[in-house]
Amino acid sequence: MGMAATIRIQEADFDIAREIAALGQGRTDVGAVVSFTGICRGTEGSEPIAALTLEHYPGMAEAEIKRHADEAMARWPLQGLTIIHRFGRIAPGENIVLVVTASSHRQAAFEAAEFLMDYLKTNAPFWKQEESARGNSWIEARDHDDVAAARWTKS
Amino acid sequence: MKVKYFAWVRERIGKAEETVEPPASVRTVDELIAWLSNRGDAYAHAFEKPKVIRAAIDHAHVKPDAAIAGAREIAFFPPMTGG
Repeated sequence: MGMAATIRIQEADFDIAREIAALGQGRTDVGAVVSFTGICRGTEGSEPIAALTLEHYPGMAEAEIKRHADEAMARWPLQGLTIIHRFGRIAPGENIVLVVTASSHRQAAFEAAEFLMDYLKTNAPFWKQEESARGNSWIEARDHDDVAAARWTKS
Repeated sequence: MKVKYFAWVRERIGKAEETVEPPASVRTVDELIAWLSNRGDAYAHAFEKPKVIRAAIDHAHVKPDAAIAGAREIAFFPPMTGG
């Protein structure tokens, strides 16, 4: 199909409206755009947190996200795809990750966005450390995230 | 080969990367973990639960039985928590 995904790993925040608009710019074949934004919560479990710090593996983060972007484009008829993942210190209420999918019809856009988020959570090399009154601690991976990713595996 | 560590694996070992030259008898990722574990208390602590540790060779995820021959860069890290 020749469409290239936009993938950015960056410390800076992103503009959701601008990223959505960019996917539809200058074309009339897009009938559906789905966007997912992951945002830093002010609590982890029931404990208030001051911030998250995201560590990542430069080089592999881009490569791993591109592999999943390529798979999403092979599985669903997408006309546009943007994935942005931030690293560094992120305060509650700030954006962490953005996935935007564009397609002629909504089902492909919804499904591809969900597939990508499920895989980003379990396979993209990022690690969250929480900062709270009790000090800093690494957030543990959740089993239900593995289950969410596994449901997309074709048997 | 270059070895990289991330998150609490990096913190426990006390360095983000290093160059190691394991003997030829170390052929797979899990054998490399066992070999690294013998380099001192910090390594033993980082790799105390080898089943929890994830590995990548040259920026791609691999299983514990993956061969390390020809690898330029091997990374060890906890399960990922991005997204």
